[in-house]
Amino acid sequence: MTETSDQRILRGVAASDGLVVGRAVRLISGVEVQRTAGSPEDERSLLAGAITRALEQLEALTEAQDEMGAEILEFQIALLEDEDLLAPIYNAVQEGQPADLAWIRVIDSEVTEYREGEDEYFKARAEDLLDLKARVLAALHGNETGFNDHAEQTKLDGDIIVAQNLTPSRFLELDWTSYRGAAICGGSPTSHVAILARARGIPLLVGLEDAVETMQHACLAVLDAEDGVLILTPEPKTLEDVRQRQRVREGDEERADSLIGKAAVMATGERVEILINADDPRVLADVPTANCDGIGLTRTEFLFSEGVLPDEQKQFEVYRDIVNWAEGRPVTIRTLDAGGDKPIPGVTVDDEANPFLGLRGVRLSLLKPEVLKLQLRALARAAVFGSLKIMIPMVTTPEEVEAVRAQLDEALTELSAEGVAHACPQLGMMVEVPAAALTAERFKVDFFSIGSNDLIQYTTACARDNPAVTKLADAKSPAVLELIRRTVEAAARMGVEVSLCGDMASDPNAIPDLLDCGLRRLSVAPAQVGRVKLAVSRYG
Amino acid sequence: MTDASAESAGPNEDVANGQATIQDPTGLHARPAVKLTKLAKAYDSTVEIRAGKDGKWVNAKSPNAVMKLKAGSGEILFVRAEGVHADEAVRALVSLIERDFDAE
Repeated sequence: MTETSDQRILRGVAASDGLVVGRAVRLISGVEVQRTAGSPEDERSLLAGAITRALEQLEALTEAQDEMGAEILEFQIALLEDEDLLAPIYNAVQEGQPADLAWIRVIDSEVTEYREGEDEYFKARAEDLLDLKARVLAALHGNETGFNDHAEQTKLDGDIIVAQNLTPSRFLELDWTSYRGAAICGGSPTSHVAILARARGIPLLVGLEDAVETMQHACLAVLDAEDGVLILTPEPKTLEDVRQRQRVREGDEERADSLIGKAAVMATGERVEILINADDPRVLADVPTANCDGIGLTRTEFLFSEGVLPDEQKQFEVYRDIVNWAEGRPVTIRTLDAGGDKPIPGVTVDDEANPFLGLRGVRLSLLKPEVLKLQLRALARAAVFGSLKIMIPMVTTPEEVEAVRAQLDEALTELSAEGVAHACPQLGMMVEVPAAALTAERFKVDFFSIGSNDLIQYTTACARDNPAVTKLADAKSPAVLELIRRTVEAAARMGVEVSLCGDMASDPNAIPDLLDCGLRRLSVAPAQVGRVKLAVSRYG
Repeated sequence: MTDASAESAGPNEDVANGQATIQDPTGLHARPAVKLTKLAKAYDSTVEIRAGKDGKWVNAKSPNAVMKLKAGSGEILFVRAEGVHADEAVRALVSLIERDFDAE
């Protein structure tokens, strides 16, 4: 590395907080590619060189092995000499693909073929190919210069993924013990990948300037998900500043960790309730109940994700387990919130021109009363085990609440008639449609919970799934804060509880604004509990 | 099971066919597959094999292709070759399979 600056700052939008230094590795078509394609001739000779080195290593290894070990290695050596296997890889390189991408794609498709069928012996050969894949990749990447110079000078936090986009399922498959963050060109702070990243505490930038094709492979980078930038090949001065900020953050992290299990109290001594959001009850296994004042939002879409409507007994058991987990703390469970960007086969309506403005949430539930009724019955049965509250999503008019209440009354009557144990849960609503936020007092409910993600989307007229308008969809816009304040004031006049369960509550930087609006009950991502409590403790 | 018959299709265009049964209880596993491809590579003619009479012909010189036949014990391997010394190539491969790949 020379002393002249190659520093390049790429702008994005911070979607999950963090600050890490690491190698920026490119993910193309879901696989890690560290190389930018050189000329086809260069790529070809690089690949050939890597294969030769891998062969030499394997031959040296073979000599030290017993017969069984040697047989396994012999097969790998034979594969590296297999012209039919290598031909499509060299062809792809000839057509301009980077050597590593070409190698990965072909070997991965072979692995898939080996894994087909019944015979365990042949299926297990997929492992030989994966072993070979890693060996040749290491030989390819080990040949790189530049990065190794950095590695000696700089302590790295872990690799940073840079990709065009990341699907939620791909996100979940990645090994987040070796990757420490991601920057993607697509997405938005309210997209599902962003929600997953926040829940797991993985720094994420979205809406990044397109750099996947042009960035240097495996170069040193700073992922700054505080300020929303990815800095490639940072200058020594930049690195120094980042390290300084990391030390401050570590201090904050320690303080936040020390607050996780304690009640949240503002600097003035006033108590704030911090509840958690359960996107999927499986996350609860890793969260001590004592860390929170209850569950402010349980999504139930996960129950319907397998394409089959879950029956009453299955739903009841899931709800009961959540209530039991809470050990007497309140648990708010939201009725099915399908539609918008959450299609569910057999429930949602296809081909809507504007799904976010169409049949979603309670609108859909009232069209499918049989699905709603079943869910209400299961919820009323689970209410026997603790403090269970039912929350209705996407309410626009008081009539919708009354229609759900009628269904709930019917469910309770049925359960009584059948002699099934049940209790009458509180019934509340999400405030996420501006119409509801403006006229909250018209709604006869037991509680309000502000859904900031949709409230922002509808107030600013910016679709959650459109990265082009991410900057306009500002959580702290005066209009959004005004609607939150109105809702809090209406709730106070009505004498009902109000909380906020959107992503805003999980953002430590937004906490002062929410407390300014008068909110004293927040439902946050489990991974953010400590940071939110720290932000609360600094307020006032 | 030796059935190596040679037909003459011109002075340098020999075509030959043969077949033999896999004896190893694990089937055509890594070591025999590698032995087979090494032997096939010793010949200039094209050499192809398939597992069973409805199987797909694959290049007998490609260990990957041979392994992906996933040929099990008792399956019949068909061998065909075309070109110089095709007959010899087929005979050598059939013999190797019949000797159970010289398993120790």
